[in-house]
Amino acid sequence: MTDTQNNETIAALVEPFDSTVVSERAYASSNSSYFMISIPRDEWVPFAESAKAIGFDTFSDLFAIDHFTDAPRYEVVLNLVSMRPVERIVVSTRVPYDDPVVPTLTNVFQGANFYEREAYDMMGIDFPGHPDLTRILMPDDWVGHPLRKDYDIGAIPVEFKLGSTGE
Amino acid sequence: MSDVTEDTVDEVSDDAASQSVEESRRTRHSIWVSGTEERMPFAEATDEGAQELLPRDEDPALEIQRGIAVDDDYVIPEHVDDSERQIINMGPQHPSTHGVLRLQLELEGEMVRRVKPIIGYLHTGMEKTAETLNYSQGSTNVTRMDYLSPFANELAYSLTVEQLLGIGVPPRASAIRVLMVELNRVASHLLSSATMGMDVGALSMMIYGWREREICLDFFEKVTGLRMNHNYIRPGGVAAELPDGWEDDVTSLIERVNEGVDEYEELLNENPIWLDRTLGVGVLIPDEVKQYGVTGPVARASGVDWDLRKETPYCGYEKYEFDVPLGKHGDAFDRYKVRIDEIRESLRIASQIIETIPLGDYRNVDPKVTPPPRARIDESMEALIHHFKLFTQGVVVPPGEAFQAVEGPRGELGCHIVSKGGSRPWRMRWRAPSFAAVQALPPMMTDSMVADVIAALASTDPVLGDVDR
Amino acid sequence: MAGVSDNPGFLLTTVGKGVNWARTRSMWPATFGLACCAIEMMGTGAAHNDLARFGMEVFRASPRQADLMIVAGRVSQKMAPVLRQVYDQMAEPKWVISMGACASTGGMFNNYALVQGVDEVVPVDMYVPGCPPGPQSLMHGILSLQEKIMSGEIQRSTGLV
Repeated sequence: MTDTQNNETIAALVEPFDSTVVSERAYASSNSSYFMISIPRDEWVPFAESAKAIGFDTFSDLFAIDHFTDAPRYEVVLNLVSMRPVERIVVSTRVPYDDPVVPTLTNVFQGANFYEREAYDMMGIDFPGHPDLTRILMPDDWVGHPLRKDYDIGAIPVEFKLGSTGE
Repeated sequence: MSDVTEDTVDEVSDDAASQSVEESRRTRHSIWVSGTEERMPFAEATDEGAQELLPRDEDPALEIQRGIAVDDDYVIPEHVDDSERQIINMGPQHPSTHGVLRLQLELEGEMVRRVKPIIGYLHTGMEKTAETLNYSQGSTNVTRMDYLSPFANELAYSLTVEQLLGIGVPPRASAIRVLMVELNRVASHLLSSATMGMDVGALSMMIYGWREREICLDFFEKVTGLRMNHNYIRPGGVAAELPDGWEDDVTSLIERVNEGVDEYEELLNENPIWLDRTLGVGVLIPDEVKQYGVTGPVARASGVDWDLRKETPYCGYEKYEFDVPLGKHGDAFDRYKVRIDEIRESLRIASQIIETIPLGDYRNVDPKVTPPPRARIDESMEALIHHFKLFTQGVVVPPGEAFQAVEGPRGELGCHIVSKGGSRPWRMRWRAPSFAAVQALPPMMTDSMVADVIAALASTDPVLGDVDR
Repeated sequence: MAGVSDNPGFLLTTVGKGVNWARTRSMWPATFGLACCAIEMMGTGAAHNDLARFGMEVFRASPRQADLMIVAGRVSQKMAPVLRQVYDQMAEPKWVISMGACASTGGMFNNYALVQGVDEVVPVDMYVPGCPPGPQSLMHGILSLQEKIMSGEIQRSTGLV
């Protein structure tokens, strides 16, 4: 919590929530910085709501990470922007392998719709309450979630043959 | 007819002296806006006196679109009485879809009632492939993502890796990066204007846009060796020094593209057919812009003042003077106009770079990141070892997580890399501007005509390689 | 008598040459742009390189009016059935050019999402290498295809020849 001392907006945002971990990062080749905030899953929607109320009203990104072999295996990351004052927060929460469920944010940000579908398609995260949680990038009958670490990349072996003039 | 039109201009500018030239142009042409079926005062124009023009903001076609709360979701039931309701597919193979986007349109007669974009027809698995490539190879992968702005992709990737490594780049490298990214923005916007012209029927615009784009591509080819997919901006700097005489090339490029852009504006700005097809079409209001995370020219055309080059300047953008063009109405015409103005601003930045580019190295000299020059390998054992390690193992990046966004031609292009140590990223995520723009198509298109779907889509300028990755 | 049927004779070969000449001189491509290569394909048709010199500037939107399909870009697993359907809709005689590394072999993306070479889906007559191939490469590919058609190397059954 020490990093938030010099930023009132972030301090006001994380103050009502317990067990948040905040760290400030500086962009490369820039004087600006952004904040990475990690919260428990129960506070996912309330945190997004209060972030929106405090000024982080621009939805930027939502995606999932697979920390294969680490204890809570999946991480869902939300990227929000406040235009005035200029701030960016990267909020994340961890969910376990046998219960990859994160409540949907579509009621808070309409734009979360496609991003949650992508996280479901690519990583198999379930978003209860989502209006249309179907595959978005892969064909509808695809089996598996390609970006999971235990999903093979599916490369075919490359054969090097001689050209038509070779023996 | 031309006399009447000139009279109109005088009247308008007298009535509203505070209006800019741009605004008076709009007002003058608001009579052509689609959807207005009443007899317009223009039809009764005589030389006897002033004509009543319909102010732009009272335009019914605009009001119909503006402020409608649109739910983009297809599964929410909606009661439509009309028995003429039909569902058609536009795409994925369709001449006016940009790339392989498929739109499912629910029509009621000629009106579009609901839209569902279906994407994934160009899904290339780049985020998965990135996990198998080391950091030196990564820029080869990402440059093929948004194939109209390869430099912006490489820049976002390189900055993120540099953030993880905790290294900077020399000022000359930053200036070269800015030069290439800005010229890339010019090339991308030229193509966007060209294809938008083609889609709404101004076919000569297609030829003109390509003519100027080839000038940019010739310069890229001279610098990087390739017309597209350059792999020029890399972690630690850029791949090579600019070629001799690049100042003259860029100066002539700026001059010729500026001339071309003047020609486009002459062709399109007052072209009644163009205005009829674009004014009040595909309106996106600022609240929707924020909800859907739309950025770039589409957001700025709606009046959302958000340009990462100004808000969180990187690569020394704070040193250059440029303006951020803003639209007001958020329609297709404003998007076209914002792009045209951005071409001029980018050329302005490029001309400043010619004057202010510092001398120095074009890449970081950290031996853990940059391979040594070929001559050093013969002399120094250290250099040989570094060269061998870099090309067999790749750049070793400490564990961590980093996010960096740059202002690409289509908006906020963000790269999020998770590293667990080693020379390959654990997870690379791209925040693609076109993905958000495609998601915001339903609020733009709902309750408009089928023909306006094409215009709205063309003005959004999505690149499907960016959407599907 | 067997020798007679093997040798089509003067009249038919001359007509065949005429037919081949007619086919090559107005070969209309279908617009099948997929990715980066599609931009270069558009560039080939635009002002600077001007594909109209070879009677091919008319990119037909409808596959039924097209003779040549230029598969320009990477073909994903989701796109492959669409590609095949568009190919089936084209009228005979038809030819396919696989433009670029991705369409020919999968290119650098050897993964779950892409079809590793469009020749798994449709028969390909000409491969154009490059990533992306420049307009000159594409034109060379097209002209080589025209030569092959003229020389009778590529035959298409039409009943006439």
